[in-house]
Amino acid sequence: MATTGTAGTGPTTQKPREEWTGQVGFIIAAIGSAVGLGNIWRFPGVAYENGGGAFLVPYLVALLTAGIPILFLDYAIGHRFRGSAPTAFRRIRTWLESLGWFQVMICFVIALYYTAVIAWAVSFFVFSFDLRWGDDPAGFFTGDYLQLADPGVSLEFVPSVLVPLVAVWVVTIAVLAAGVARGVQRANMVFLPLLVVAFLVLVVRSLFLEGAAEGLNALFTPDWAALGDANVWIAAYSQIFFSLSIAFGIMITYASYRKRRANLTTPGLVVAFSNSSFEILAGIGVFATLGFLAHEQGVGVGELEGISGPILSFVTFPAIVSQMPGGPFFGALFFGSLAMAGFTSLLSILQVVSAGFQEKFGWSPRQASVRLGVVSAVISVALFSTTTGLIALDTADQWANNIGIVASAVLMSVLVLWVLRRGPELRYHLNTVSTFRLGAWWQVLVAVLAPLVLGYMLVSRVVTLLVDGYEGYPGWYLALVGWGTVAFVVVAALVLAAMRWRRSPDDFVPWPPFPPGEAVQGAGRTPSAGGSAARRPAGTAGEEAR
Amino acid sequence: MSTAAVILLVLSIVVVWGGLLAAILRLRARPERTDLPSGGEDDHREDVAPVERDT
Repeated sequence: MATTGTAGTGPTTQKPREEWTGQVGFIIAAIGSAVGLGNIWRFPGVAYENGGGAFLVPYLVALLTAGIPILFLDYAIGHRFRGSAPTAFRRIRTWLESLGWFQVMICFVIALYYTAVIAWAVSFFVFSFDLRWGDDPAGFFTGDYLQLADPGVSLEFVPSVLVPLVAVWVVTIAVLAAGVARGVQRANMVFLPLLVVAFLVLVVRSLFLEGAAEGLNALFTPDWAALGDANVWIAAYSQIFFSLSIAFGIMITYASYRKRRANLTTPGLVVAFSNSSFEILAGIGVFATLGFLAHEQGVGVGELEGISGPILSFVTFPAIVSQMPGGPFFGALFFGSLAMAGFTSLLSILQVVSAGFQEKFGWSPRQASVRLGVVSAVISVALFSTTTGLIALDTADQWANNIGIVASAVLMSVLVLWVLRRGPELRYHLNTVSTFRLGAWWQVLVAVLAPLVLGYMLVSRVVTLLVDGYEGYPGWYLALVGWGTVAFVVVAALVLAAMRWRRSPDDFVPWPPFPPGEAVQGAGRTPSAGGSAARRPAGTAGEEAR
Repeated sequence: MSTAAVILLVLSIVVVWGGLLAAILRLRARPERTDLPSGGEDDHREDVAPVERDT
């Protein structure tokens, strides 16, 4: 790496920001982040239950009117203000820093249990080879493997979960410690192509199973009446929203590692459509396989149970693998894919946390990775490798996602676009650096439509959880693990925002200047007539070709 | 498979994967803006920046 002779930014030199090696590196990492467990185990079931083939309509509408616009909003904030969520929001307005920490803490909480699911997938990858679950996958998963107890707080550790969980943490810490380009990007460059190939093989194999056509028939037969049901539309918006990794700091953080003179919106389209393409692929693979199960059991696909979520992956799929010729290979592909999809998403979730602490406390990537990683690993192991791990995970996930992330999105839209009126500036930023230009419609979508739809989702979920509880778990438990998670995130965000910065992030001039034509001297903050600037022609694409 | 299911299967693939292909082609045709305003050059050193005392 050319690190010599680069002291071009004057005596008050700040460390240059870490960067992706180029456009491709960023796109691959962003796809790795977006393609996660939800693509594989959530989308197929949601599509099936909400109109089948007709779900394509609300799904595409949601993608174009909410998913992609909010993705662009994240990009604009992270790229213009060049920082992790707390830094970027603080540079918009000082008091907004707490929203950044709110997003960081959501990521922290999610990482704690996301790791556990990846650990399960790794275990089941190994179990595939000798079909360890035998004839009773359901009993094996909750009994033999997780040793599930009643809801409560248990300190009874389950070694079969604990060992892979610790291993996942060790690998994750090692990758994050290596930095953005050498760690996160490199890991994605390995695992994302591997994931795509493994999953393609799996899908092609599934298409040749007996009954595959029946499965696809069940998934794609349209129920047009569903389009008149508001809940179907909400399901589409929430699938898109959770699937794209938007509004909780990830895309802000990832965009902040792009060079300033970088295209944003067109790569964003590639990322968003890649994510949806993988979902369609997963829908085909999962339902072709479910068709085989229905065929084997002599029932209709509609009569099958456990067609989404962890149960699909860890109970239904093992059952199918056991009945299939060449099952161990198929199982290894499936659980390997699940682990890789989860791992690349986990890296992005933890990079949000790491970046936030690096910038606030002046830590290096390695310090942040090790310090935060060890603390997280201990909490994660204590909470999720015990006999009550599955219940804690299910509960924390419900609240962190449906309350935490959705609230984060609504707050971001309302505060940044309504209260602080930064929409025109952010649109100008995107349009100045990008090759896909956004009209005023973009502001309408992110400032009006998104908070309306997401606000409705948030309020209705809060009411449901307050009135009906969740999964029949005891009220005290939901208060502790569910609402307690939200309270923890809020309090931690306020405390972290109140702490002192090691080095103030406020000495920052966004580029390009807004309104255009003003503050030309701000644009020359890094010297444009000498130093590194003169050595690189403007707009060169050579950078990206690496 | 019913005709309707086949049509929607094909339509899903064409629209979503076609969207991906269109986005990739668009990006390849024009990877970056060439008319950016001046400034905004990064002190870019791939990954690990030099230590701060290295001035």
